[in-house]
Amino acid sequence: MTRLSMVAALNLALRHTLHDDPRLILLGEDIGRHGGVFRVTDGLQKDFGDNRVLDTPLAESGIVGTAIGLALRGFRPVVEIQFDGFVYPAANQIISQLAKLRARAEGRLHLPLTIRIPYGGGIGAIEHHSESPEVYFAHTAGLRVVTPANPHDAYWMLRQAMASDDPVLFFEPKRRYWDKDEIDEAGTDLTLHQARIARPGEDLTLAAYGPMVRVCLDAASAAAPERSIEVLDLRSISPVDFDTLERSVAKTRRLIVTHEAPVRYGPGAELAAEIAERCFYQLHAPVLRVGAPHTPYPPARVEQHYLPDLDRILDAVDASFTH
Amino acid sequence: MHDRTETIRLLTVEGARLEHDDYPLDPSPAELRGLYRDMALVRRLDQEAFTLQRQGELALWAPLEGQEAAQIGAGRALDAADHVFPCFREHGVAWCRGVDPVDLLKMYRGSTHGGWRPEEHGFHLYSVVLGPSVLHATGYAMGMELDGAAGAVLSFFGDGASSQGDVHEACVFAASYQAPIVFFCQNNQWAISTPVARQSRTPLSWRARGYGFPGVQVDGNDVLAVLAVTRRALDRARAGGGPTLIEAVTYRMAPHATSDDPTRYRPPAEVDLWRERDPLERMRRHLLAIDAADDTYFDEVAAAAADTAERLREDLRALTPPDPLSIFEHVYAEEHPDLAAQRAEYAAYLDSFDTVK
Repeated sequence: MTRLSMVAALNLALRHTLHDDPRLILLGEDIGRHGGVFRVTDGLQKDFGDNRVLDTPLAESGIVGTAIGLALRGFRPVVEIQFDGFVYPAANQIISQLAKLRARAEGRLHLPLTIRIPYGGGIGAIEHHSESPEVYFAHTAGLRVVTPANPHDAYWMLRQAMASDDPVLFFEPKRRYWDKDEIDEAGTDLTLHQARIARPGEDLTLAAYGPMVRVCLDAASAAAPERSIEVLDLRSISPVDFDTLERSVAKTRRLIVTHEAPVRYGPGAELAAEIAERCFYQLHAPVLRVGAPHTPYPPARVEQHYLPDLDRILDAVDASFTH
Repeated sequence: MHDRTETIRLLTVEGARLEHDDYPLDPSPAELRGLYRDMALVRRLDQEAFTLQRQGELALWAPLEGQEAAQIGAGRALDAADHVFPCFREHGVAWCRGVDPVDLLKMYRGSTHGGWRPEEHGFHLYSVVLGPSVLHATGYAMGMELDGAAGAVLSFFGDGASSQGDVHEACVFAASYQAPIVFFCQNNQWAISTPVARQSRTPLSWRARGYGFPGVQVDGNDVLAVLAVTRRALDRARAGGGPTLIEAVTYRMAPHATSDDPTRYRPPAEVDLWRERDPLERMRRHLLAIDAADDTYFDEVAAAAADTAERLREDLRALTPPDPLSIFEHVYAEEHPDLAAQRAEYAAYLDSFDTVK
């Protein structure tokens, strides 16, 4: 067991895979000499060379597009998009090309790309540096979309993503980058797309992923002992581990889904619909969603009113128990 | 700033040979006949595909008529180790790379989005969205460089796609990493109804200078000039010299696609003007002028073209529709429980038609 920040865990995962797999290649803006704006790739170019860790021109479509070409050549590219709000210039490459090429080629091509995207708010950043665009990609067939909530998962899920022969969008919760926790380098019990019970409980299920898992754990602590809340860390947004979620809700009979992304057409809508189909007769209350309003991400000095926090989650818990 | 652009030409419209110090070319009579034959066969295939669309066998066809010299000249400049990234009209290049023509038509029929094995032919899949494939080509070339591979990449796009941001980014990346790639722009004058003047106020070949690599304008209806220019650019790329932009000035004689009506936007006189520059007729005159071919030869080519068209027609009509459940295949390389469940559900739904009766 090693105690590391999420940034250090991600760095270690990249380092170990660069060492193990000579076809792994990193591309991104400022990831080489600079080590990345969050230092996730710190020291990797120095140790593995500028043929393995490429500083690219400042062009996101160019980065993803050339990474697709490298994948067609047999490389396993890991791309860093510097911030969530910078991914849209690459959306055409991701949605129209990366996601569809394998089906277009009737399985003759492999696209083992990992696209790392620091995402989410809560760090007092300027515009375009706090967004949660995961649902755009979760809606696109051909992609896998995952996000870790702690350093152990960051290490193992990134390794699993890089080992996958499918394109994986790997969302890194930037306000958890500096959280330290134990990582077990010996192994992990979970596959890439399995959900995890982060805190067992009996009365209500709080489902979250990425940055919101810790907020939910705090809410569950605050609600105890009056209410026994189960916190489910989804870890994967596409595909969703609906079976684990269903088992939890079948037990607690109440579900609240939380995310930083806007509620409308957000991941919570898909989860609520599926659970309503699966657990209709077991539910004691409607599935509730706690997320952002239908507004652009606001200036940082008011972002606390945009991001779901402990109190808004506890309000939703109370609302659920009025049924 | 350039104040003029030389258009490389090795064959006059009348079929007389021109020499150029930078582009020496000494093809044998057999090689010359081969180039003519390639152009004649792909023109016939193109006509056949157009007709098949009119008969309802294809959803759409993007004809290449007029661009045979640009595509055969470029295609025959390639080595086996090279890789081509086409857009969607490079049927002549596909021919040079040994792609079965029926595989091209499958895509336009709606039987598949792909249809051939890209690695087997060094000819990657058509890209209907214009621009992205030029970046794939660049990334592939970067990979070849990293691998120390022998070949180079030839990336096709048109005057319309030259305005796409991805083409710009591809040129930036290719120059930055000195990737072994040749950007081949077929300037056929029209992006559906938009003339090239709307895309650029200067010759497209000039853009290369801004990226820091050579740009060459070639007469795209002169198969010998295209062959020589492309060969030199590919040699340069393979030798580590970096990218080249080739602008092949040609003309799309046919509609943009079978759904288009070019009489709405271009004058007949312009089409007539370009018909006089027809790439096949130019080569035919040359072959006759140097006694490399006679009427018997041209009759043989016409017969071979008719045979090729007939086989294409038969092969296309023999195609069966894809299996309904094939839509679930190949979306992911690895297990995807959600999709597996959706497939099973749809399979059960289809089966229900058999059991209910």
